[in-house]
Amino acid sequence: MAAILEMRGITKTFPGVTALKDVNLVVEEGEIHAICGENGAGKSTLMKVLSGVHPFGTYSGDIVYKGEVRRFASIGESEHLGLVIIHQELALAPQLSIAENIFLGNETAANGVIDWSECFRRTRELMGKVGLRESPTTLITNIGIGKQQLVEIAKALAKDVKLLILDEPTASLNEADSTALLDLLLGFKQQGMTAILISHKLNEIARVADKITIIRDGSTVETLDCHKEPISEGRIIKGMVGREMTDRYPPRQSSVGEELFRIEDWWVEHPLHSGREVIKGVSLHVRRGEVVGIAGLMGAGRTELAMSIFGRAYGRNIRGTATLEGRKLDLSTIEKAIGQGLAYVTEDRKMLGLVLTEEVRTNITLANLGGVSERGVIDNAKEVAVATRYRQALRIRTPSIYQRAINLSGGNQQKVVLSKWLFTEPKVLIMDEPTRGIDVGAKYEIYGIINELAGQGKGVIVISSEMPELLGTCDRIYVMNEGRFVDEMPAKEASQEKIMASIMRQYGAKS
Amino acid sequence: MRSELWKDNLRDYGLLMSLLLIVCFFYYLTLDADGGALLRPVNITNIIAQNSYVIIMALGMLLVIVGGNIDLSVGSIVGFVGAVAGSLMVYAKWPYPIVMVLSLAIGAGIGAIQGLLVAYGRIPSFIVTLGGMLIFRGLTGNLLLGQFVGPFARGFQDIASGFVFPSFSVQIGPIPYLLDEASPVNVIALGLGVIGALAMFVLSLRGWARARAGNMESEPLPLLLFKNLVFAAIILFITWKLSRYKGLPVVLLIMAVLTLFYAFATTRTVIGRRIYALGGNRLAAQLSGVKTERLIFLTFANMGFLAGLAGLVVAARLNSSTPSAGNSYELDVIAACFIGGVSASGGVGKVLNVVIGALFMGVMNNGMSLIGLGIFWQQVVKGLVLLAAVGVDVYQKRKG
Repeated sequence: MAAILEMRGITKTFPGVTALKDVNLVVEEGEIHAICGENGAGKSTLMKVLSGVHPFGTYSGDIVYKGEVRRFASIGESEHLGLVIIHQELALAPQLSIAENIFLGNETAANGVIDWSECFRRTRELMGKVGLRESPTTLITNIGIGKQQLVEIAKALAKDVKLLILDEPTASLNEADSTALLDLLLGFKQQGMTAILISHKLNEIARVADKITIIRDGSTVETLDCHKEPISEGRIIKGMVGREMTDRYPPRQSSVGEELFRIEDWWVEHPLHSGREVIKGVSLHVRRGEVVGIAGLMGAGRTELAMSIFGRAYGRNIRGTATLEGRKLDLSTIEKAIGQGLAYVTEDRKMLGLVLTEEVRTNITLANLGGVSERGVIDNAKEVAVATRYRQALRIRTPSIYQRAINLSGGNQQKVVLSKWLFTEPKVLIMDEPTRGIDVGAKYEIYGIINELAGQGKGVIVISSEMPELLGTCDRIYVMNEGRFVDEMPAKEASQEKIMASIMRQYGAKS
Repeated sequence: MRSELWKDNLRDYGLLMSLLLIVCFFYYLTLDADGGALLRPVNITNIIAQNSYVIIMALGMLLVIVGGNIDLSVGSIVGFVGAVAGSLMVYAKWPYPIVMVLSLAIGAGIGAIQGLLVAYGRIPSFIVTLGGMLIFRGLTGNLLLGQFVGPFARGFQDIASGFVFPSFSVQIGPIPYLLDEASPVNVIALGLGVIGALAMFVLSLRGWARARAGNMESEPLPLLLFKNLVFAAIILFITWKLSRYKGLPVVLLIMAVLTLFYAFATTRTVIGRRIYALGGNRLAAQLSGVKTERLIFLTFANMGFLAGLAGLVVAARLNSSTPSAGNSYELDVIAACFIGGVSASGGVGKVLNVVIGALFMGVMNNGMSLIGLGIFWQQVVKGLVLLAAVGVDVYQKRKG
């Protein structure tokens, strides 16, 4: 079989980070090629390079597709050659019909006038291919997520796809829908279509993949051929996580005290779909001076758990009890949660953490304006003193505390968010992906701050998708999957293999 | 750091300079025919009276827009409150002080209901206040049945057309260059002007020195002095002109007090800070413990209160309640905010700039009328000016 695609020596850098380092990938015609790797390993970036989202010139290396070196300037060019990517977040217009979505940007039109009978005819044909039984005029919002995924695939087929790339296609699907989707994929393979499949679900990969390429830290580790030898999940995990860890974490002296904070039997329903439990009976506790990690894959429910605890910022019909220093907490509003000593450092600092149009100074005091004001009037001098103090303590690199937050780098923005929460003088800090998207040096500093906070006797909960980060900073790690805590282990006894195995065990048990 | 500060300040001064420029422009245009009608004492008094309602409401609109919303109903609230007040005073013979208090309460109440719908009902403010605009315009018509209701007691009229101690005049002059012959000058107006200018100087210098001492960021001193000089000159010039007519208009005093109050509220209070955070990033504000719904509610209730006040001023000025009072005022108020550099997406805007924006519109209206430009052309010009002002702002932001 000939190679339909060959990516040679792909290197892609963003300001401050190298996302991909000399990545090589060979995909044979007619195979299903799986790509595995941890969150942030560079899988999605690689696919963005391939499809022209990151256009030619922004990366180095060659993309050889169907025997020619290609220089895609846009996603339109790659699609024109039958290279279609389906992203993790579905890109459908919810208020348009199935037919309109399938031909969005690719309308069956002459001189700008749409030929609807042709459109519906072809829609029915495509829907038949993906096994979707709906009316072409049904709105996307009225069909389930599994069917929406099928619409995405039909949309790809409409573009005469030769190489289909699926990024976590089953992440939000239930068991039955996932199975149906994978069967569909195998059916397409029979008809000669090539597919690249990115997935965390190793059991699915084992079922459909012909070859598996493993990416770690932006580089290709190896490519496994499933037909030569049976590949176990353990074998894949080893490839995904086997990396050296040296001096990426500041040393810490942990001194864990008595119990500080406890959540007991915590249940949360989805805010829009009532009855759908997102958090299912989670219990956790943090001791004084302890750093507790919550590991899990994206969509495991970690952020939802944190936000539901933090003044019911997420979900509805929240049940369970929360205690701090033995006293029962009233967490009915965010204001009360802050007042009682909780702080939640959000995952997405631009969307949820900062007011980007405001200054560093005003961002730092926002969550505790009472601390710099008297009878509702802000004391300028006090506020400046507070901002200056945190700027120095956390080494926020900014020309001045009057600088607007939007002008700071990611790492320094994160320090501003941290400052804001430290100024509320919390007893328990929940930090959600505290180092996402910031460079290695700033990460090291953030870890140092975490150590310091624990040293002051605070309880710290760290949510992270980077397992080495949890192993390097935590005393104890909870493993979360699909809204439950599936395992708990002291960090000393934990390893990435063990955490992955805990997560995968659950998938294994289900399928 | 310095360059950023200069840039921010220069944008503010650009606005002030454009105001001065347009004043000079119309002064020049009216110079030939009328000997500078624009800056005659009686015309300055007119400009203040004509634009008082815009400035009063722009202060509230600033907060609404900064909070990420819009209020289209203010013109109709002006009409409705005026109609209710007029009917109560003329038909029911209620004493005007009670009617005034009631009118302000009605304005605030209307704002509060709209605020409830926007903040807690989650209906877009554009729609809620569009509804309010129609409802209260209609109610105004029903209440007045096409009639003018008036006249009102002298004390009520004084809100808009009264003066502070108008009889406190002294014969002064002649003074070279200033007064050709001895004429009466209202010393209260002049005195307040001098005190105001001095107070501004002292306060801003003290603030500057304190910032210096506390190692805070401070404006460059030359810039600060220059700004103070310009403002002092404007204050003295206007109060000098006013003192040669009938003195300080009551409505100017109301505006000045409100402007100072809102300038303080937006820059120095917790609630002001939170409104800016809410408009800048609602989710981040929420997750920082800010009760965003309550704040949105308050901005609308406050807007209603100020619209009620404006309704009283308008009725007092016309000395009657009319069915068309306040028609399309919302557009003038919103335009003043945007000319004053308020961001349409929320989170950004300054009180002083909005007042300057309102004055800019006011001087333009007045100047165009003085030179006899047709009312329809005036609208065209105002529209172009709004586009140009915001266009310059957007351009600067993208470049900066």
